[in-house]
Amino acid sequence: MPGLILFLSGLLLAPLLLGVTVRTKAAFAGRRGAPLFQQYHDLVKLLRRGQVMSGTTTFLFRVAPSLALVVTVSAAALVAPSIVSPGWGFPGDFVFLLCLLGLARFFTVSSALDTGSSFEGMGASREVLYSALSEPALLIGFGVLVRVSGEMSLGGMYGGLGSGEWLSAGTALCLVAVSFFIVLLAENSRIPFDDPNTHLELTMVHEVMVLDNSGPDFALITYGAALKLWVFASLIVNLFLTALGGSSFQYIAWFPAGMLLVGVLVGTVESVMARLSLLKTPHLLAGAGAISVLAFILSTRFLQ
Amino acid sequence: MTAVTANCGSLPVRDVPVYSREGFAQEVLGAVAEGARVSAFFACPMPDGKRLFAVLAHPSRGQLALFSTIPDGAMPSLTPECPSVHLFEREVRERDGVEFQGHPWMKAVRREPEGAGTGFFRVEGPEVHQVAVGPVHAGIIEPGHFRFQCHGETVFHLEIALGYQHRGVENALEGPPDLKKVAVTETIAGDATAGHATCFCSALEALCETDVPARAQVLRGVALELERMANHIGDLGALAGDIGFLPTMSFCGRIRGDVLNITAQLCGNRFGRGLIRPGGTGMDIDTDTALEMARRLRAALRDAGEAASLLLETPSVLSRFEGIGTVSREMAGRIGLVGPAARASGLEMDARHDFPSGIYRMSHIPMSVWDSGDVFSRAIVRWMEVQRSAAFILEQLSGLPGGGVQARSGPAMCDSISVSLTETWRGEACHVLITDSRGFIRRASVVDPSFHNWFGLACALRGQQVSDFPLCNKSFNLSYCGHDL
Repeated sequence: MPGLILFLSGLLLAPLLLGVTVRTKAAFAGRRGAPLFQQYHDLVKLLRRGQVMSGTTTFLFRVAPSLALVVTVSAAALVAPSIVSPGWGFPGDFVFLLCLLGLARFFTVSSALDTGSSFEGMGASREVLYSALSEPALLIGFGVLVRVSGEMSLGGMYGGLGSGEWLSAGTALCLVAVSFFIVLLAENSRIPFDDPNTHLELTMVHEVMVLDNSGPDFALITYGAALKLWVFASLIVNLFLTALGGSSFQYIAWFPAGMLLVGVLVGTVESVMARLSLLKTPHLLAGAGAISVLAFILSTRFLQ
Repeated sequence: MTAVTANCGSLPVRDVPVYSREGFAQEVLGAVAEGARVSAFFACPMPDGKRLFAVLAHPSRGQLALFSTIPDGAMPSLTPECPSVHLFEREVRERDGVEFQGHPWMKAVRREPEGAGTGFFRVEGPEVHQVAVGPVHAGIIEPGHFRFQCHGETVFHLEIALGYQHRGVENALEGPPDLKKVAVTETIAGDATAGHATCFCSALEALCETDVPARAQVLRGVALELERMANHIGDLGALAGDIGFLPTMSFCGRIRGDVLNITAQLCGNRFGRGLIRPGGTGMDIDTDTALEMARRLRAALRDAGEAASLLLETPSVLSRFEGIGTVSREMAGRIGLVGPAARASGLEMDARHDFPSGIYRMSHIPMSVWDSGDVFSRAIVRWMEVQRSAAFILEQLSGLPGGGVQARSGPAMCDSISVSLTETWRGEACHVLITDSRGFIRRASVVDPSFHNWFGLACALRGQQVSDFPLCNKSFNLSYCGHDL
């Protein structure tokens, strides 16, 4: 039941997280910024619009946005309850989570290539490069959680962590959180990896792949992107919440505060630094992988 | 002998020597080898047939050399030896039908004839792909087509095809030299209104032998420098925006508006329209306005200082600016870059310094030069120029000369030619006017600094990441309509 609440609230509140980020950036720039619920207005607006389909596209382009969203919702269903339902999931489901994220990316990239546009081809190539580098960081990070908690499922992992583990392996867990945060920025096309606000096609990564989508399809894509950010943010927030211990409902009470913090943090990063050059972004992602490896080595010591 | 004049000078057309085609070519190449720049290169229909004129600016002597030839349908191309004339030759062929034999890339500059199909330069290879951008762009910018030959993310070659904004400015300037012509020059490039209007009026005043009052000269200088400040500050903000650095982007957008508003105090228009008129200026300011302008300018400069130091001292910004889009000094000289782009490549050239006219003869502005030739260099040259322009304006406003702002102009001299160079914020603008036997403008040749510099952008992109194109483009910030005329 608490797991279901977390899942449904995630589906409902995911666009709000972007609103928090946008407001943070506005505050840094000395502006008031768009309303917190602007994303919802945009989604409604898009859903009520017609669609334009490029003549060069095939059925793949038509089905990809819906399929990508379905896969992302599945990922959210896997992650959201994990903090409150130790029995949720199955051994090795974190690998399945990576598969789901990869599948969503597969649909997005295929539909981008389907348009035959050189912009979208470049975006697809960059997206695949980033994901190839961010997946190891994510996987090794989960490996640390597996070692520290001694469990093989997401639910077991988060359930198996407590203040005791944080005391003895806190450094490793913090490093995992750092690595996850870098991956969050990369996978959700935030600065320093990508600029969600730019209008310059040549510099885009994620945005450029969906240039040809419009109307309801674009609403699905926008919503899917918000949900993906929510999934990654909850991976990090859940990790820190395990340190608090306590009942499921205490978790649920703390969870929004954690998400708010992630939203503000993303906005802060975007406000104080410039975007990295595309040549240098792989270095940062490789850095995230290195941090995960370091955490893994530290966690090995913890077990001895 | 070659005819020589100072900036904003005029002479009878008959004093301009007519060389043979070979002599003309030798004269141009010889002057360029001595360090001169081709400032204007155009054909003009004369009563005795079509003539090809060249204006070469000798910065070391502060002189402009004029000479001509009768092309007679075809000329040997100078481009292989002197790349900086490549676009001039293409333009002359397009406009006046003179063929240039041996030009490596003869293609229309502005209007490709229907079905000509010259196409774009192509790099062949199994992994080479083309990326076409524009002419319709995502931002609020002018139309232009960019064709990249890429290998993965690396640009091998960029070809820029413009002309979408061609509206016949040079033709519109022909005829009686009245006020309408000034209004046309104010729209050559809207962000360089004061620059082009000053340049045209100076050329016209040279033809009419008008002595512009000192007070008007000062006001023109103030308008020119305010224009430079506003655009440079806007560019620094836009550079920050392109790399997603929000603080400077937000600040500079506002500060640019503040500087434009100071121009509005000067003449009622944020872009300086209606201020510069033949014989002087259309408006005058009183002491209170001058004080208020100076107060506002100091405030804007202080704010801009904070925004710029934030930009130029943040490591993540520097890593995006340094080593990106480099144009070497040698390359900049060969292709004839002008303005901040040239000074950012280490070329010491500034029409305010080399060919001073108006107020710049009395009051000097230090030249802002940086030698790394990359995006950072172009950014810091802009910031230095902002500071020096502000100092210049404050000095001028504190000591405005008395007297009127408008001198009466006589009629333009007949069968004469006048040349005017003005350092607009993008670089050297050149206006050449040739009058006929009635004193009407027979031919007006307008060269916007963008005309020289677009090819510099193409060169800056070689071997760069295609994703860095917007940043490089912004660091040059060239005018499409100024190029297209």
